[in-house]
Amino acid sequence: MTMLKRNIGKLGKIGKIVLGFATVLGASAALATVAQARDLTVVSWGGAYQDAQKKVYFEPFKKAAGIAMNDESWDGGVGVLRAKVQGGAATWDVVQVESDELAVGCEEGLFEKLDYSKIGGEAAYIPPSVNQCGVGAILYDFVLGYDKDKLKDAPNGWADFFDTRKIPGKRALRQGPKTTLEIALMADGVAPKDVYKVLATDEGVERAFKKLDTIKADIVWWKAGAQPPQLLASGEVAMTSVYNGRIDTANKNEKKNFGIVWDGALFTLDSWVILKGSPNKEAAYKFLDFVGKAENQSKLSENIAYGTSNKDAAGRLQPAVLKDLPTAPDNIKNAVEINVAFWLENIDRLTERFNKWAAK
Amino acid sequence: MTAALIGTDVKTSVPLKRRLKRAERARQIKALALVAPLLLFLLFTFAGPIAGMLWRAVDDREVREVLPQAVSALADWNGKDLPDEKAYAALAGDILAARASGTIAIAAKRLNYALNGFRTILTNTARSLKAAPEPGTAKETLAKINPAWRERATWMTIKNASGPMTGFYLLAALDLTRNADGAIVAAAPDQAIYRAVFARTFLISLSVTVFCLILGFPVAYLLATLPPARSNLLMIFVLLPFWTSLLVRTCAWIVLLQSKGVVNDSLHWLGIIDQPLRLIYNRFGVCVAMTHVLLPFMILPLYSTMKAISPAYMRAAASLGAPPLTAFLRIYLPQTLPGIGAGSLLVFILALGYYITPALVGGAADQMISYFIALYTTETANWGLASALGAVLLLATVLLALVYGKLVQGQQVTGGMKN
Repeated sequence: MTMLKRNIGKLGKIGKIVLGFATVLGASAALATVAQARDLTVVSWGGAYQDAQKKVYFEPFKKAAGIAMNDESWDGGVGVLRAKVQGGAATWDVVQVESDELAVGCEEGLFEKLDYSKIGGEAAYIPPSVNQCGVGAILYDFVLGYDKDKLKDAPNGWADFFDTRKIPGKRALRQGPKTTLEIALMADGVAPKDVYKVLATDEGVERAFKKLDTIKADIVWWKAGAQPPQLLASGEVAMTSVYNGRIDTANKNEKKNFGIVWDGALFTLDSWVILKGSPNKEAAYKFLDFVGKAENQSKLSENIAYGTSNKDAAGRLQPAVLKDLPTAPDNIKNAVEINVAFWLENIDRLTERFNKWAAK
Repeated sequence: MTAALIGTDVKTSVPLKRRLKRAERARQIKALALVAPLLLFLLFTFAGPIAGMLWRAVDDREVREVLPQAVSALADWNGKDLPDEKAYAALAGDILAARASGTIAIAAKRLNYALNGFRTILTNTARSLKAAPEPGTAKETLAKINPAWRERATWMTIKNASGPMTGFYLLAALDLTRNADGAIVAAAPDQAIYRAVFARTFLISLSVTVFCLILGFPVAYLLATLPPARSNLLMIFVLLPFWTSLLVRTCAWIVLLQSKGVVNDSLHWLGIIDQPLRLIYNRFGVCVAMTHVLLPFMILPLYSTMKAISPAYMRAAASLGAPPLTAFLRIYLPQTLPGIGAGSLLVFILALGYYITPALVGGAADQMISYFIALYTTETANWGLASALGAVLLLATVLLALVYGKLVQGQQVTGGMKN
């Protein structure tokens, strides 16, 4: 502080006036943004997914409720939400978040506690999607994706993913330890339901990295969800881990012939949250109520291959649509839910460990 | 006109000195008014955030705020044996209060950075502890819930995280840590990655700078010596990539270099290779793409320096019998040094902070420090570590700029990095 004072002293009288003026200007600008009323702002993941949401959620909601709203997109990261809320001028109201963002943001008090009586009651939703800070939006998978035009026989699962003799060519995985270590263990013969039990031990982590060592030179690491379909399409890799919705979109919109192996899929949920201190809370609840209804959710699944959170949504779907969803009974029977608690505890440590391994 | 005359009459009654001062002040105000918008802009968008970042690298108040009684009870604990009953009771009280206010996870998160598994210890204890333990039984109650409360290391972790300021993050950014006795030691081998990442960042930046210099020098020379009509056309070729989006250029390299890309297919068709070369998702791809992106930053300062060098010098050297190489090395090259310096510094410092390009065309072993700063900022929200990594990078960059300033002192520099 004294240092600062000394430097301000050096500014001279004019400098002080400028500084004072700047402070007032900054403060008034901040006040203006807070006091300004704005429309309900809903934030989602962009791309084909948000296009589908626009069609079946946003536009019909505007018409039905007569509420003005606009939508934006983001790339995730609880740090972004923390900066928004702690900055005191959050411009977002309802945000779709991943499960770890939901858990951390809930702990840090970044989200409003939800009153389920305003959105159809807890009983309307499948159990994993009910959380005090958020309500499930979609259920989706990390699956093994491949190009049917290039691989005549479907791979058998993650074990084949690591077998470069049986299926030559490179593989792509998501950069970082999350999903990568689980996949390595399943390839090494760990049953999906035991993955996190094994990964919680030091031996389990060793075992996963040892398995990754076997194809280290053949792995391409992807960072964004849009990359795996491109890597498959360009023939850069023979197989990849990929969000199931991306495969479906590539097949529908770009006339690709990609296949999915559902066995050993890793599933997770995204949820809707209301940011703490939102000035549009009532409108936000109306929106959540609207997108929580089975008749609206089933329309989403018809447009993009994601499962949804309302218990009655799947029952309204044609069998042809249902078979490509992560929530279809056949597809979910050997899938494992990504363990949020495990990753919250270990993400930093295992990220360091992963990068140590990658640099070797 | 008359008014102006009257004005001069009035002015003569004021002493010259004061009038000079007044004029001086008016000039100052004008000058300040001109730079005020930029000054304000820099203050709010640059100096402020950087100061905030440096502060976050040492700020450590989470545990104090969530577990205040335990922190003060541990203040005079010697760390040799387990703390006394009083500390246990204080912690139990803190945990109950924190659970009620929903802040337990904030402390759990911070403590988990220092001791892996602490998140579970604390959240489990909070879940199991229904009411304040009877007086005198706090120790056994906590130990029964989780045996970790019988470990000295558990308590040492709380004591070390008591704040209000800490060197923990800065040490971690340099692969160091404090052991249970508070001495600074090397971090566990699995955790020690940041020195290697910094070294990698500097190495990639340095190689890109060297490549840019090797490729840029002849181009700048050509631009400076060709007749204007042709050099303008060439200049457009230099500037065109400069005006193209970074993302577009990076993705173009993916199309060119991937295993079924343009380069590999051409080589295969020519019969030079039968297996595709790995040109991307590795260090080679990163260097190629970054060199391409940063080349204009090298060429432009070099060109402006070379443009100012009179061709008469080289002619004079030749007329005095210097062979071309000697003339170049002793007459031309020294005059381009300021341009080389400015261009190299510009490219090097820009390269240090590169994020998108290495993320898209690099492998897992080519991620630069910016990748980790972004990861800890947005994904895992470990802002302390992100800030510490940023602070170390900032310090290294400032040192480099200072060294450069020393090196070129007294020279005419286009980069404006004098003194």
